Amino acid sequence: MPLTLEDPRVVEFDVRTDEMLVNMGPQHPSTHGVLRLVLRTDGEIVSEVEPHIGYLHRCAEKIGENLTPRQWIPYTDRMDYLAGMNMNLGWSLCVEKLLNYQLPEKARHLRVIISELGRIASHLVGMGAYGLDLGTFSPFLYAFREREKILDLFEEACGARLTYSYLTPGGATADLPRGWLQKLEAFLTQFEPVIQEYHALLTTNAIFIKRTAAIGVMSAETALDYGCTGPVLRGSGVDYDLRRDGEERYTEMYDGYAFEVIVEKNGHYPKDHNYPPVPREAILGDCWHRFYVRMLEVVQAIDLVRQGIERYSTASGNWGEPIKLTAKLPKGEAYLETEAPRGQMGFYIVSDGNSIPWRVRARSSSFCNLSVTHALCRGCLIADVPAIVGSLDVVMGEIDR
Amino acid sequence: MAGPSVLDRLKKKFGDKIVGATLDSIDPWIEVQPDAIVDVCQFLKTDPDLKFEMLNCISGVDYFEPDPKKAAKATFQPHTEVVYHLSSVTKKHSLVLKVMLPRWKNDEPGVLPEVPSVAGVWRTADWHEREVYDLSGIRFVGHPDLRRILCPEDWEGHPLRKDYEMPLEYHGIRGR
Repeated sequence: MPLTLEDPRVVEFDVRTDEMLVNMGPQHPSTHGVLRLVLRTDGEIVSEVEPHIGYLHRCAEKIGENLTPRQWIPYTDRMDYLAGMNMNLGWSLCVEKLLNYQLPEKARHLRVIISELGRIASHLVGMGAYGLDLGTFSPFLYAFREREKILDLFEEACGARLTYSYLTPGGATADLPRGWLQKLEAFLTQFEPVIQEYHALLTTNAIFIKRTAAIGVMSAETALDYGCTGPVLRGSGVDYDLRRDGEERYTEMYDGYAFEVIVEKNGHYPKDHNYPPVPREAILGDCWHRFYVRMLEVVQAIDLVRQGIERYSTASGNWGEPIKLTAKLPKGEAYLETEAPRGQMGFYIVSDGNSIPWRVRARSSSFCNLSVTHALCRGCLIADVPAIVGSLDVVMGEIDR
Repeated sequence: MAGPSVLDRLKKKFGDKIVGATLDSIDPWIEVQPDAIVDVCQFLKTDPDLKFEMLNCISGVDYFEPDPKKAAKATFQPHTEVVYHLSSVTKKHSLVLKVMLPRWKNDEPGVLPEVPSVAGVWRTADWHEREVYDLSGIRFVGHPDLRRILCPEDWEGHPLRKDYEMPLEYHGIRGR
């Protein structure tokens, strides 16, 4: 029988496209490690995204039940491997909370310097890799050029370039080497003007704005509901930063430091005169804002490191002393969250009175940030999926632990 | 850390569903009956004075000593805890809730203990509960999609239970 226009099969063939399941990853270049996304697509439109994680799972928590807290420090490095220093810090503070350990003044400032430098290094990768996600290669090289200098500094301080194990419960494993602070200051002086290059390459780039502004818009309610934290939460306009609002054991580290939480208030970011303006197309909570918050946090971190250097050189006490490797832990439990570059990194330790904890738990910020993907990607274009996932800046080592 | 005032309010509202509390520990915690956890969480989230909008973490803690010699000296009865860490962005306080469960439902070895899911209160609980189910072996009743999240789908056992034994072989990969 010849087909006529009235035949329903013709209409179906003409208008409807079949839904297709597209597998993205785990080896896709723009999935930030080994993340697998299964997209349900209708033509170019994505109707559903399902992240599959666990490819990097090592059950670090189980390993933690067989090691003393100081022995577990290297495993925290391997969680968020782009911000190892900040992971060390979170775990150290959690153990110190259980031990009720009081840190010397100098160690506190050392930790501010180190963790804020870690934040800069991490955000540089976040920025460079985001450029890669969107198809521009050069910002990545610019970012790594500067990150390399931070890694050189870290290497001089602790001997490692990626997995530092530098900050430990009790302080740090060693003092900063002689002459290190001068090198750091020289780096900051050189680095600060370079940020304008990044703004020229990405923030104000017309293509970049087209790809990110008004894409993946997330309301503050959604962000809180999904437990998003860090730049992802602040990119949605929620004024919350653990460095100011966290637990006392963490905020006292920043006592006396002057800083503002990077968040948009009444259409303005703090100290916005130095930075490129927010483009007209951008909507609060979109990919562009999440990226911008990270960029401003880099500037903020430079300022905090400078303040840290000043205080460190005049502070009393020493850089702290690591607790004994097999120190007995008091019976009890402690939970503490810190503001890591990617959000609130929480550690939970349960002790039954031995030197080896009964249970350790890591609350990963990227884990929660990634869980919002399916809500953000519903109804977007396939090409926007890397833009959205990239703007969450997830690290799989931390998600899978 | 919100302590006594929250406890009073919860006791007034939920009565004997609030089983106990330890307020002098490092992080004060409140123990809730398993069947009341959803109502308590809903109340904590929506009450204008408390406003716990954020569920930070759900952890499963297994209390069991597989070594019979050590078990005789253990200071705890075998049980499993589910620990909820909540915080409020607007009120800037935090709270710890605990639910105590038997290690096995009705003490039948192999049947996972059950607790109602709070995924309807906070969406973030979805993934957290999947992780606790996967690693600690606690079944969350009413969860929209309770599957393993970190381990492969065909993995056997729940690694963070204290009586877990490492598989000797997984799809031809030697375990030891």
